[in-house]
This record gives sequence, structure tokens and C-alpha cells, in this order.
Amino acid sequence: MNAPLPAAALDRAARQREIVAALAPVVPSHALLWQAEDTVPYECDGLTAYRQQPLVVVLPETEGQVAAVLKTCHALKVPVVARGAGTGLSGGAMPHALGVTLSLAKFNKILKVDAYSRTATVQCGVRNLAISEAASPLGLYYAPDPSSQIACTIGGNVAENSGGVHCLKYGLTLHNVLRVRGFTVEGEAVEFGSLALDTPGLDLLPVVVGSEGMLAVTTEVTVKLVPKPQLARCIMASFDDIRKAGDAVAAVIAAGIIPAGLEMMDKPMTAAVEDFVHAGYDLDAEAILLCESDGTPEEVAEEIGRMLDVLAGAGATRMEVSKDEAQRLKFWSGRKNAFPASGRISPDYMCMDSTIPRKRLADILLAIAEMERKYALRCANVFHAGDGNLHPLILFDANDPDQLHRCELFGADILETSVRLGGTVTGEHGVGVEKLNSMCVQFAPEEREQMFALKAAFDPAGLLNPGKVIPTLQRCAEYGRMHVSKGLLPFPQLERF
Amino acid sequence: MADPALRDLIDRVRAARADGTALDIRGGGTKAWYGEAPAGEPLATGALCGISSYEPSELVVTVRAGTPLAELEAALTEKGQCLPFEPPRFGAASTVGGMVAAGLAGPARAAMGGVRDYVLGATLLNGRAEVLSFGGQVMKNVAGYDVARLLAGSMGTLGVICEVSLKVLPVPVARTTLRFDVEQAEAIRLLNTWGGQPLPLNASAWWQGVLVLRLAGAAAAVEAAVTRLGGEVVDPAMADSFWTGLRNQTDEFFIGAVQAVDDGAALWRMSVPQVAAPLDLADEQLVEWGGAQRWLISSAPADQVRAAAATAGGHATLYRSLDKSPGVFAPLSAPLARIQRDLLAAFDPDRVFNRGRLYPER
Repeated sequence: MNAPLPAAALDRAARQREIVAALAPVVPSHALLWQAEDTVPYECDGLTAYRQQPLVVVLPETEGQVAAVLKTCHALKVPVVARGAGTGLSGGAMPHALGVTLSLAKFNKILKVDAYSRTATVQCGVRNLAISEAASPLGLYYAPDPSSQIACTIGGNVAENSGGVHCLKYGLTLHNVLRVRGFTVEGEAVEFGSLALDTPGLDLLPVVVGSEGMLAVTTEVTVKLVPKPQLARCIMASFDDIRKAGDAVAAVIAAGIIPAGLEMMDKPMTAAVEDFVHAGYDLDAEAILLCESDGTPEEVAEEIGRMLDVLAGAGATRMEVSKDEAQRLKFWSGRKNAFPASGRISPDYMCMDSTIPRKRLADILLAIAEMERKYALRCANVFHAGDGNLHPLILFDANDPDQLHRCELFGADILETSVRLGGTVTGEHGVGVEKLNSMCVQFAPEEREQMFALKAAFDPAGLLNPGKVIPTLQRCAEYGRMHVSKGLLPFPQLERF
Repeated sequence: MADPALRDLIDRVRAARADGTALDIRGGGTKAWYGEAPAGEPLATGALCGISSYEPSELVVTVRAGTPLAELEAALTEKGQCLPFEPPRFGAASTVGGMVAAGLAGPARAAMGGVRDYVLGATLLNGRAEVLSFGGQVMKNVAGYDVARLLAGSMGTLGVICEVSLKVLPVPVARTTLRFDVEQAEAIRLLNTWGGQPLPLNASAWWQGVLVLRLAGAAAAVEAAVTRLGGEVVDPAMADSFWTGLRNQTDEFFIGAVQAVDDGAALWRMSVPQVAAPLDLADEQLVEWGGAQRWLISSAPADQVRAAAATAGGHATLYRSLDKSPGVFAPLSAPLARIQRDLLAAFDPDRVFNRGRLYPER
């Protein structure tokens, strides 16, 4: 029992003491956590399969403290992982074993909601939905609506360039953010964008948005608010064939219609959600499309008419238009609850997030059906069909190591197939740690090196969220070797140091 | 590398890098007057020509950089689609690569977004003579840093844009233009008030006591808005000609501006918050983008113009002037200047491309 601690553990403890001593003078004592029982809640984000306890957690309350924490960490060369609500699905906020987790939870104030300029300026820890709630009395809202919007923060949305079910018409986070204020890795205040519509010099906002906390630490965001549509109505359409449903999606767009939302669920997912929400979904359908129109009453009436024509022409077997807001929300209730519903029919699920060209929807669905047999696991599918963003949910039991292993192979296979079909490994959830290997497939070594060089221009010491998003040459070489020699993908070993 | 046009460019970049030659990337050469003065040996992109793929139902077109903008727009028009950000056309030779590199957008910018909002992917020839692809041909893509969008407005300083994938949209079903006789302050107030209402606003311009407003969208929505807003409906042919002139910067205001520039004045592009009050500069002003873009013909000192823009919360670009000594683009804050300098070096370590075109270098 008295065996000496291994050298690594001793080093870790010494490093922890050093960091705590350096941070203690710059933040209040209650804002600094390092005891194991206090830091455990931070060991993962929404991707719970990947865990790492941070060395130290710090919860600054002012921008001055954020600057001081960053300066201190920079001086000590300590990695810093910024964290919002921890709802991310790719492990982007997974702690660094020898790093500081910088929780921005206390930056939760809405600073200004202005009807005249249609903007809101909020601290980074404000929840996505709270912005729309604050703007609602003014007849305005913040358009991007990721499914986690009751919990996720705007700072996290900026980090991931989050989407939602309405982004085909209203755009992603990038299209709805005017200005990001934050701090460089050295602790210097910096602003990207402004209330004007463009910026002198290189436009850094599109690089910072979606950079997964690797370029700067966001503390404040100014977003655009848009007028609430007077009316929204939704068509629920059934199809007896997956390919017909995929073609219907293309037909709607080809008709010159940009729906406010265009979502698809396959039969297994429909069964799972119907059991959960009892919305009256057609359980015989091979696929269900939800197609929404919003705008003025005249506009919606005209557009719904055109949508019904196109969907009927594409072979819909059943169509129902929401009669009122209650029914519209009921149509959406299943789609919005796809994840919890999956949680009821399986001990665990892994959510994929690739995007493909719309016209390949049927191809990927058939490929996924083939993979279900190959990996002997079930998969239920929901899609942001309008923009080709897939969320296959692979159902498995994490207590069975072989199932977890097969699930990871299944997931990687979906991502690689998506790249082959002309798509991308992540549409809105980010790379984080989860999809590092898949980045080796999507990008050539020179492209990844260019991304490392880009990061170094913002963060020369490589201290902001290191090890995420861009895999090293070595990691990709290892992945490629395993991939070829065994004909199977390896169990991903995370780079922790 | 099968493509001979690309092969040639790669060889040129390798050679330039080896002997320290600066290269001046040249598409149609219609925007040489914009930005800091071009320097270096011309590197023509014209051979990188043609639409690589276009699928209207995907709302995506992939096009090589040397393709004339007119050719791309003709292909889109044929399928009832368009570039919603309305890039200005400065001549028949204007190319798609130049459009992205300059990052300029037209009258619909405030309502529909700018160039970078429609860039989905790009292939770039960087300063190490590597051909790199970023982004893709899909609407949603967060795999790695969004380098493709960074190229919009980069003025060619990061490398040669070889090919881009752009999001396109259907041409609006209905369009109506209204005119109102109002002074500038009232025009700005009206535009911002309407902006908070569910109206199909698409473009606006105020000049010399007249506000012109374009509505675009579903026929029913446009009709309802016309009834609600009042004003005078402008004859459709006259309206089209007005918006085209404004977009291409060939209308009366810009003709006057070019004349004034020849006479020693400057044309400034002021980018400010939409709600900014009329700028306290006693010169001729044209207000676009719901108040967010203000053109100014002025002989006032650059410092005074830039200070007015900064006070309003924006920045001023010395858009056209014989004397560019005050610097074309507004100075950056210290951290942004440092990041930008290091980014240029990250893409083009020997600064082969368009040296000094954004800001003077060394």
C-alpha cells in the first residue's frame, strides 16, 4: 500500500501546485477548483465516451480575470481549454490532462437587446434560447436554433458554428454574428468584426467562428436579431421509399423554394419518437419529411400550396398540413426529441454529423443499411435534409466493449463514405477529439499543415485547446497504417499529452 | 497534376519563390484601381477557366477562378438562380476569382449577406506552391478552420484562388421598387424601423433627398408590403436600370465620383452600423445597405473621414483616389495587425503574392 507514486503522478501534482499558486492571486478563491471531487464534473462534455479530468478548473467572473488567467497560463505554458455549457457533441471541451479548463459559466449576462438596430450584445455564457426569449417582446429572435438551445451557450455556438433546423433559410451561427470580443492566448483583448457589415484587412470572423476554442477565448458576442415570422406552417409528408423521399427534397429546392425547415426521419427513428411523443406519425412510412414555410400569411399560403404540389409529384403517400401552432409544434416534437427517444430504445447511442450533397441522401441511407448488417448494430436516422446534414444515431451498449468497438468502426465508416460521396465529416457538431481520425481522410497532409500554421498565427505557443480539430501527421500515418493492414479501423487512442 | 493551366501556375510560383520575385495575381484586371497599388510580375489566372460543376437542385456551383463573372451569371440565370450578394461588375473581363478576392458586394448586401457568406469551399495555391482545398460543396461544414471564407476580401494576399464553390439561390419571384422623398436622417430612421418588421426588404439607396427601396420575395409578400409602406412604385424597367447602375457603380453618383476623383477629391466607402446617424461630413453622400454603407465624395483630410467613421462604430476605405498615401484600408488594432501579419506569413512565407495590396509591407 505504501508503494511510491509513479513519477508521472508526482509531476502532475507538482504542476498542479504550481498552477494553483500562480492563479490564486488573480481570481477569487471560490473561482479556483483543483480537488478531484470538484473537477470531476468537468471531465467531459456532451460526448461522454471521452473523459479526462483537468488539472485545474478556473471560473473567472470578469474580463480582467480572464485576461489575467490567460497571461498566467501563457507564462507557465499551460494549455487552456475554454468551456461553455458543456453540451458539445464532439469532445471539443474535453479537458487537457495537464491543462486548465476555463469555464465561462459566469459570463451569463445579456448586456443589450436593441430593437432599433436588431442586435443583442451578450456575454458568452448566455444560453442560445435566452437571447430569443429576451428579444421576443420586441418581435425579434435569434435565428440559429441547435436542438440543445435551452442549454447551450452563445460562446459555444461561436466555437462550433452551430446550425439547427432552420439554417437552410436563415444561415449558420457565422451568418448571424456581427462581432466577437475575446482574448488572445497572451491575454490581450481583441475584437473580430463589428456592428458594421464588413471589416478592414483580412476578415477573421469566419475563421474564429467554428474554430473550437483554438484561436482565441470568446467573452462577448453581438448577434443579429431578425423579425419573428407572422406565421409558420408545416407539412408532414410520408414516403413508401427512402429514395423517393430523398428525391422529393431535391425537387423542393429545384422548384425554387427555400423552406424554413426541411427535415427527414427514417422508419426506425419514427417508431422510436412516436413511442416517446405520440405525435401521430405514420408508422408505415419508410421516411417522413417535415417541410416548413414561414412568413406573412399570404406568403405562407402561397408557398405551402407550391410545396404540396412538389411533394405530391414526388410520390408522397400521405400529407398533412399543420392547422395551428399547437399542431405544428406537435409535428416537430418528435424530430426535436430524436436523441432522448433514442436513449429510451438503447442503452447508448453515438450521433454522427456528416454532410453530403442532397442528391446523395438515398445513397448514404442504403449504405448505412448495409453497414447495420456489417457491424451488427442498429442505426436510426434523422437528417437536416434541406442542407444534407445527417444525424445517424448508432445504437449500442457501452458496457459491451465489442459493441463500443463496432460502433466506432460503424461511425468512421459513415464519415468516410460521406467524404467519398462529396461531403464532409462534420456539418455542425465540430471535430473535437471524436473525428480527429476522420480528418486524416478528408484533408491531405499539406492542408492539415496549413491549418496548423493558421493556428500558430493566432496561438504561437499552441496552448489554446491543443490536440483538437487537426490531427498530427504522425496520428494520420498511424491511422492509415492500421486502416490498411487490418481492414478495420483502430480503437482511437487519444493524444492526451 | 493533369491540369496544364494549374501546372504552369505552380511552376511560376516555385520559380518566384526561389528567386524572390513578387507576383501580382491578375484575373480580368478590372479592379487594379482598388486597394493598395499592385506590385510584381503579373500572374494571369485566365487559363483556369470554366464551370466545374453546377447542380441547381444542390444550390451550389463550383467554378474556376479565371472564369468571367458574366459567364457564371449567365449560367445561373438560365436556371433561374443568382448570386444574391450582387457583386459589382467592373467590366466584361471581371473574373470569379477577382470577385472573391476583392470581396465587394452590391445593393442586396444588408439583406442577403456578403461574398464570404456564400463561399462554401475553395482551392488555393499557396506560397509554398501547394494546391490545397478547404471547405467543400455542402451548406454545412465545420471540418477544420474555414479557410475558404477567409479568402473573401483577402485581395490575393494568401495565394492564388484556383476554384471556388459558391452557394446560389433562386431569383426572387417578385420584385418591386418604391421611392420616398425624405431627408437622410429620416431615411435611416425608416430603414431601421422597417428592418425590425417582417417585410421582404432587399435593397435600399438614399441620395439627394430620395430614398429608393427594393422589395423582393414571394409575390404575396411583396404586394402586401407595397400596400403597407406606401411610397411611389417605380416603373420596373427604370428600377432595374437604376439597381444595375448602382450595383456596377456606373450610375449618376459614381460618374460624378469618378469626375471628382480626377479633380483631386476622394471616393470613400464608409462601413458603419446601420443605425449610425448621418455622418458629420458636409460632402456628397449616398447611403446604401439600410444605412450600413455610406459613399462619400470628399476632399476632407483622411484623418477626419476615418475619425468620423470610427466615432460611428465603423471604418472608412479610401475606395478611389489618385493619392493613396493615407492608406486604402483603415489601420488595424495592434492584436489584429499582428495576427494578420502572421497569417500572411503562414500562407505565403516569402510574401510572393500581391505584396502590400492590403496594407504596405516592410
